[in-house]
Amino acid sequence: MTRTTLAPLENPRVTAPGTAATEARRTARRRAALEWIGVHSLAIAASLFFLLPFVFVFLTAVMSDDQALTRDLWPNTWEWGNFADVWNTPGFLTWWRNTLLYAGLGTVLAVGSSLPVAYALAKFRFRGRNLMMMLVIAAMMLPPQVVIVPMYLFWARQMDLAGTLWPLIIPFAFGNAFTIFLLRQFLLTIPREYTEAARIDGCGELRTLLKVVVPMAKPGIAASALFHFFYCWNDYFGPQIYASENPAAWTLSYGLESFKGAHQTDWNLTMAATVLVMAPVIVVFFFAQKAFVEGVTLTGVKG
Amino acid sequence: MSTVPPGLRAKRRRSALRTLGFLSPWLIGLCVFFLYPLVSTVYFSFMKYDGFTAPTWVGLKNWAYVFQDNPFFWPALRNTLWLVLVMVSLRVLFGLGIGLLITKIKTGAGVFRTLFYLPYLAPPVAATMAFVFLLNPGTGPTNTILEKVGLDPPQWFNDAAWSKPSLTILALWGIGDLMVIFMASLLDVPKEQYEAAELDGAGAWQRFRFVTLPSISPIVLFAVVTGVIATMQYYTEPLVAAKVASGVIGGSGQQFEPGYPEKSTLTVPQVVYNLGFQRFDTGAACVVALVLFALAMVFTAFLMRRRSGFMSAED
Repeated sequence: MTRTTLAPLENPRVTAPGTAATEARRTARRRAALEWIGVHSLAIAASLFFLLPFVFVFLTAVMSDDQALTRDLWPNTWEWGNFADVWNTPGFLTWWRNTLLYAGLGTVLAVGSSLPVAYALAKFRFRGRNLMMMLVIAAMMLPPQVVIVPMYLFWARQMDLAGTLWPLIIPFAFGNAFTIFLLRQFLLTIPREYTEAARIDGCGELRTLLKVVVPMAKPGIAASALFHFFYCWNDYFGPQIYASENPAAWTLSYGLESFKGAHQTDWNLTMAATVLVMAPVIVVFFFAQKAFVEGVTLTGVKG
Repeated sequence: MSTVPPGLRAKRRRSALRTLGFLSPWLIGLCVFFLYPLVSTVYFSFMKYDGFTAPTWVGLKNWAYVFQDNPFFWPALRNTLWLVLVMVSLRVLFGLGIGLLITKIKTGAGVFRTLFYLPYLAPPVAATMAFVFLLNPGTGPTNTILEKVGLDPPQWFNDAAWSKPSLTILALWGIGDLMVIFMASLLDVPKEQYEAAELDGAGAWQRFRFVTLPSISPIVLFAVVTGVIATMQYYTEPLVAAKVASGVIGGSGQQFEPGYPEKSTLTVPQVVYNLGFQRFDTGAACVVALVLFALAMVFTAFLMRRRSGFMSAED
C-alpha cells in the first residue's frame, strides 16, 4: 500500500492522481502483489508435502522404544543413541562396505568403459551409428527382469558366483547403456573444432579423448558417475537376485528391509536406519547439486 | 569399390578398426548381457526347466499356463494398466505444476527447488519404508493428524482399494526429476511469445494453452513415454511396501503372499521373480519376461519414432 501512494512522487507528470494511467498502474501492482502471495503460499504448501515425510521420519527415529508405539508426533526425550544402536547392529557395517564396493567399483568400471563408446557415438562418423544408438536406447529401456532368468543361470551355474556381488559389478566393465547415453549427450556439446584441432596437431583418437575431451567433459563425467553411483546405491533387485542367500553380501537397500523384519515393532530403530541410509545421498547432493540437475536436464532435453 | 585407391582403402580400414576398438566394450556387453540372454529367454519359454535337471521341450505349455492358469499374471497386468493410467498421468500433471510453480517463484527459488528435488534422491527402499510408516493405520503420523482434524482415514497400504493410491502418493513425492526437466523446458520458451500474446490480450490460461503448451509438448510426451516404460519396470516400491505392510519378515527363504493386500500391489516384474526364483519354473518366468519385453519395446519404439526434440539417435 505504501508503494502505491509513493508512486506519483516518482513521476508526478505521468501519474497525476486520478488519471486512468495511475489506476492501471495501481491494478497492475496489486495484481503482482497478489500473484507473489499466491505463488509463495502454494510453494509453502508444496514444500510441506515434500518436507514433512523427512521431518516425521526423523522425529520418530529419535523417540524412545515405548513412545514409538504411541501416536505421539513429537519425541518426549531425544534418544540420539538410536543411531548408534542401528550402527552397531551386526551386519550394518557389512552392508555399508558391500554397498560401497558395488557402487564404487561399479561406477569406475561403468564410466571407464562407457566413455570411449560414448565418444565414438558422439564424434565418429561410421555406418551403423544410428543403429548402435538405437540399441543403446533400447537396452536402456529394457526392464532388467526381461533377461534375469538366463543371466542368473549363467552366473550361478557356469560362473559359480551366486551369493556374491560380482555378477552385478562385472557387467559394468562392458559399458552401461544409460551411462553411454548420458555421456554422449554431454560430448555432443563439445564443439568439433577442438577434436579436429587435436587431430591436425597429430593426436591419435585415444590421446584426443584423454587429453582434450576428458578435461572438457569433467562435469559430464561427474554427473554420469554420480547417477551410476546412486543407481547402485539404490538398487534392490540386483542384490535380491544374486546376494539374498548370503547375508555377508547384502547391501544397504536389501539389508534395510530385513532390518525392519528383525525389528517388527521398533519403528524408531527402523526409521533411524532409514535416516542413516538416506543421509549420504542427501549430503552428496548438497556438494554436487549442479551436476545432478545438469544430468537430469540432459536426459530429457536434447543436448 | 575396386576403383578406390589402395592408400584410401588402408585409411578406411584403419578408421573402421579404430571405431570398432572404441565400441568394443559395448559390443561385447551387448552380445553377452543383452542378445545372448534374450535368445535364451525365448529358448527357455518353450522348455520345462527347474534350473537343475536338463530342460525338456514342452512347446506352448508354458505360454498356456501363464495366460490361463497362473493366478498372478492377469492381476499384475491389470495393476500395471492402472499404474500407467493413474500414476503416470498424475506424475506428469504434478511435475508440470511444480515445474510451473518453481519458475514463478521470485523469493527463495533456490531453497524451494532443493526442497522439491530432495525426495527424488531418497533410496526407493528407504522411501517406501518411510511411507509405510507414515501411512501406517495404527500409529502413523498421517492418520493421527487426519483423525485430529476429524476425518475418517483410510487403511492405506493395508487396504486393496488404497494400496495403489498410496504408491501413487509415494511416486508424486519423488517428482524431482520431472520437475527439473519441465523447469528447463519452461525456461526455454521464448519470452517474446509471451509478450506478443499479452499484447493480443491473452489471459494467463490462454498464454499457457497457446504459448507454453505447444512449446513444451515434446517434453510432456517424453515424460509420458518414459513414465510408461518406468512403470513396466516398477518393482522395488510395491514389493517392499507389500512386505513391510503385511509384517512379513524380510530376507531370504521367507514365504510371502505376493501383492499384499489381495494381489493389489503385484506388478509384472514381480511375477517374473515369483515364477523364476520362488517357484523355480524357469519356462513360465521366461514367458512373462517376454511379455514384459514386448510391452517395453513397443513404448521404446514409439519414443524413438518421435525423434523431434528428444532421445534423438542423430546429432
